[in-house]
Formats: sequence, C-alpha cells, structure tokens
Amino acid sequence: MTKLPSWIDILLIPLINLIIALFLSALVVLYIGENPLNALSIMIKGAIGSSYGWGYTLYYATNFIFTGLAVSVAFHARMFNIGGEGQATLGGLGVALVCLMFPWPHWSIALPVAIIGGALFGAAWAAIPAYLQAKRGSHIVITTIMFNFMASALLVYLLVNVLKVPGSMAPETGRFVEGARLPTGHDMLGWVGIKFSKSPPVNISFLIAVLSSFAVWFLIWKTKLGYEIRAFGHSESAAKYAGISPVKIIMIAMLISGALSGLMGINSVMGESERLVLDSVQGAGFIGIAVALMGRSHPLGVFLAAILFGILYQGGAELAMWTKIPRELIVVIQALVILLTGALDNMIRIPIERLYFKMVRANA
Amino acid sequence: MDFDTIIQVLDSSVRLSIPLLLACLAGLFSERAGIFDIGLEGKMLASAFASGAVAFVTGSALLGLLAGIFASIALSAIHGVASITFKGNQLISGVAINFLASGLTALVGQNLFRQGGQTPALSGSARFNDITLPFAELLKNLPIFGKIYYELISGHTLLVYVAFLIVPLTWWILFRTRFGLRLRAVGENPAAVDTSGISVIKQRYAAIAICGLLCGIAGAYLSTGIGAGFGKEMTAGKGFIALAALIFAKWKPVPALWACLLFGFLEAVGIRFQSIEVPGVGTIPLQLMQALPYILTVIILAGFVGKAIPPKAGGEPYNKE
Repeated sequence: MTKLPSWIDILLIPLINLIIALFLSALVVLYIGENPLNALSIMIKGAIGSSYGWGYTLYYATNFIFTGLAVSVAFHARMFNIGGEGQATLGGLGVALVCLMFPWPHWSIALPVAIIGGALFGAAWAAIPAYLQAKRGSHIVITTIMFNFMASALLVYLLVNVLKVPGSMAPETGRFVEGARLPTGHDMLGWVGIKFSKSPPVNISFLIAVLSSFAVWFLIWKTKLGYEIRAFGHSESAAKYAGISPVKIIMIAMLISGALSGLMGINSVMGESERLVLDSVQGAGFIGIAVALMGRSHPLGVFLAAILFGILYQGGAELAMWTKIPRELIVVIQALVILLTGALDNMIRIPIERLYFKMVRANA
Repeated sequence: MDFDTIIQVLDSSVRLSIPLLLACLAGLFSERAGIFDIGLEGKMLASAFASGAVAFVTGSALLGLLAGIFASIALSAIHGVASITFKGNQLISGVAINFLASGLTALVGQNLFRQGGQTPALSGSARFNDITLPFAELLKNLPIFGKIYYELISGHTLLVYVAFLIVPLTWWILFRTRFGLRLRAVGENPAAVDTSGISVIKQRYAAIAICGLLCGIAGAYLSTGIGAGFGKEMTAGKGFIALAALIFAKWKPVPALWACLLFGFLEAVGIRFQSIEVPGVGTIPLQLMQALPYILTVIILAGFVGKAIPPKAGGEPYNKE
C-alpha cells in the first residue's frame, strides 16, 4: 500500500480532528446554556478582531511555539518530553538571574545573554532525565514528570527564601532594570510607523520564536545531526547499525528540547512580567504537547498550531469576560485536541485511508 | 517531640496516604496488564468531583461514591478505546485524560453550583464519617497502646479500612487466581496469552476497569472522606505521587502500601512542621520535603538502589499477527 498524499496527512486529518474537538466543545457550551456559534464569534473577534486581541494572541502563541518546538524535537528522536513545564520554569529562572545580575544599559545587549541563560537552564533541567534515559534506561516520561514537580518546589523555595525582595511579602523578584525591558509590538511597529495597541505583552520574543522555528527546521531536515535524530526516531536498531550512538542522540535531542522550553522565559519573564513570579509558565509546557501533536512535529505545523492555541487562549479569556463560559473551556478543547490528534489518531486515519485508496482504485 | 505529636503525625500520615494507596493499586492493575496510566490524577479528580456533587445533591456519601466510581470508569473507558482498541499512544491518552478531567470538573462545577468550581461544603450523611472501633473508648486511657489504638487505628472513615483490605486482596487476585495470572501475562507477553486462546483485549479492558474502580474510591475519599466537598484541582499531583509510589514499590502490592505510607508520612511532616532541624545538617526546607517523593523515585528509577523494571509489554499496543 502506498502512502497517503501529504496534504491529507498534514492538513486534512488535523483539520478533521480540530472540527471534532470543536464540535464536542460546542456540546459543552450548549450544556452551559450559551449559543456555541455566538461563543465562537466572541472568541474569534476577541482574539484577532483588533490589534489588542492580536497582541495577546501572539504573546500566548510565542510561548506555545517554544514549547511546541521543544516537544517536536524530542518526538523526532522518539522521546516524549513531558517536562516542558519544569524546563520552562528553570528557563525563566535563568532569564531572571541574567536580568537581575547586571544593570543592563540596553535590551539589545541584555537579550542575547538572557537567551543563553534561559536555554542553558532549560537544557540543564532536561539533562538529568536525558542522561538517565540514555545510560540507565529510566523511562523519560516518568523522570520528566518528576522533574516538573521538583522544578516547582525549587522555584517556590528560591522565591520565598532567596530571591524575594527583602521586606516584601510577595514571593517574586524585584522588577528588572529599564535596560532589560524588551520592545513590545507597539514599540516595534511604531518604528515602521504602524499603530498597534499599547497594552498587550507581545514582544520581540515572537521574532525569536519564528527564528527558532527556522532553526529547528534547518537542524532536523538539513543537517547530518538532524538526519541522525530522525533515523534514530524511526528505528533505534537500524540507527545503531549505521553507527549512530543512541546515547549521543538522546542527549542532544533532549538538551535542545530543554533549551527550547527554557527560551520561553524571555517571552513570559523578561517580556511580560519583567520579574520572576511563581508559576510564570502557566501550563504552556503541556500545551506544547498539543501543539506538537497537532503540528505533526513540523516547525511550520507547530507555528500554525501555536497561533491556533494563542487564539483559543485569548478568545477563551474574552469568553470568560462576556459570557457564563469559564476559562476552563480551553482546557477541555486542549484535552480533546491531544486525545484526537495524539491518542485516537487511528480512529480518524484508518477510515480516511480506506476511503482514499478506494477512490484511487476506482479512478484507476 | 512528644508521644502525642508523633501519634498525631502518624495519624495524619495514614489519612494522607489513603488516596495515594488506592490510586497506586489502581495503577498497579493497569500497568501489570501492560497499559501505562499517567491519567490516575485525572480519574481521581473526576471522581472527587462526581462524588462531592452527587453526595451534596442526594445527601448520601454512598451514592456519591458510586457516582465517583462511574466517572472514573468512564475516563478509563476512553483510555481503553484510545490505547487498546485504536492502539494509540497510552502516555498521550493519559495526558489528555488529565486535562479533560481538570477542565470538565471546573466547568460543570461552576455551572452547577456557581462557587468558582467548588461544590458546597458537605456534612452529616453526605460524608463518610469517622468510625470508632470497638473498645476504643474503653481502652483510650491505657498508656501507649490505648492511645495508639484510639487515635491511630480507630477513628478513620470506612474507606480507609477498605483501602487497607484492598492491599492483600490485590496480592491475592494477582498472584493466586487464574485471572491475576492472565492479567500479569498480558503485561509481560501478550502474544503467549493470545496463542493460548485468551483475549488480550478483554483482559486489558478488565484491568483498566479495576483501575477506574480504585481511582474512583480514591477520589471519593478526597471529597467525601478526608475532605468535606470538592475543590478545584484538589488532587494536586497526588496521582503522580501514586505513580511514583508504584515505581518505588516495583509494581508490587505490599511494597506499594509501604511506599504510600512513606509518602503520606512525608506530606504529614511537611504540613505539621514548616521546617525541620536535623542536627549536624541544618534546616531542611519545607519544599525539599515536598519534592522528596519525586527525588526518591528518580533515584530508584536510575537503578542506583535496586532497579525498578516495569512490566515488559508495558506501553505497547498489542498487534495480533
């Protein structure tokens, strides 16, 4: 049997999954006693109907691009990195330490160092689970879950006992210096004379996320290392036979994955809150799983899925404001997307495959 | 630290270890049959909500328990359809189930009760109340033993005693019955079971149904036993600690009991004392105590202190050739 054409694989099937997820969510909305079409229109208008909405949508999307890419890179090596949450927490810590350690004169100097800080801390938090998987065969899913909880305990400890502003009650660091403030969407579009809402937190990190998508695409499909990662993901034994070291691939794929999660810190910590707070990640590490599944682990797919989830997040906030529908509706949609695109993929794929090949035979 | 404090800490260790124990045994049945389950957390949460809500509406803790078990088994069924029937990824399915439970409990809770996702507080027959064992009042004043019997052994809810009984029952089912032998066999070598004419699929569905049942009891205990009502995200990672305990116990029922008691004890100590002075070491921060179950599990997983080897066919959908 030949393969499905790629447009069915990467466009049609995810689209059908999304429609089913939205349909089931519409039933939930009906149960709450609201009109699903009305809810959808509020969501879309709130998320992309104004520059204010876009500003939030793209801010959320930036987080999801980083965590989605992180999960994807690990997926290519057939590793399920469920530790994005913890790695992003540590990445945020790395970014915050960079921002706090030096009176930065200008963001353009602070940002590259913060990128290194976030990536290093995120990668470091992935390193131990990666090492244990590579050398001792400890299941990466379980160890990364454990490291998520450890990360959150570590952050609480540091914020309460070490990094808190003396005399303050709030478990957060002091505000970063003015020179570590990243240009927002308003600032950047202002340079080219375009008006953009001032309040949303979207910032230059979005461009870094886009660049990261290109970098991941280049790495996975255009380099020898990327080829080795994919080969290893396809068949560990064949890759071994071809002289590819499993330890090396697992370590590198997971370190890159952790670094990408860690990079989220420049958006959420440096770009938005401008200080380190408890729970700066807010579940984005887990949304990365949905984004990677939906985007079929391809950077372009991840980018589009991240924008879609950005729309859902911003739209969901608007829904909670204007209707009786609580924000948790997004969590349900997210769960359905993960379930349908990840675990129930065969339920949709097999009938479509049958139908497609029937049609091909009929035309032949 | 005086004797009374020790008894109090141990008493709350027992209470806190029960949801871990039930969820851990739930995971044991599932994983022994070759189905990884990281959705224990979600099933417990769904059950905690369903029990709390139904117990509030009907005023009966028992009906609440049944509703909780139903909700939990329903999520087990989704896991089964995804990972057994459609051969999907069991880990991804588990992640989805956790989110589904988290989102739906908050949504439905808010819609039913309008209290920010909580159920109203439960009292009287809507809760499992503490049982005083025979002679507890009489023996109360005896030194040491009386106190241990009265405070530690007596005075828990029915579900606590049920949970403890399920430990030997689990051992007996898994290691002394034909059903248990087959269940373990589909987790180690499903092809062999298949050749002998037994349905791998049915056996695995049976295992996850038991898993749903036990998670259901665990959730009901949270909202109608130890607690008095459902609170948003009230499982707070207990499903993952249970998963940790399962690995810590190397997928065996009696060690699972000890692991859960240990993790319950750590939690109880963390609640009772904000920081602990260890002579010669210094102060141990509360957060380290909270992270200890996870750290211990990683050490066990790393195999530095006796290797934890999961069931051989775990995580793999069974393909009939």
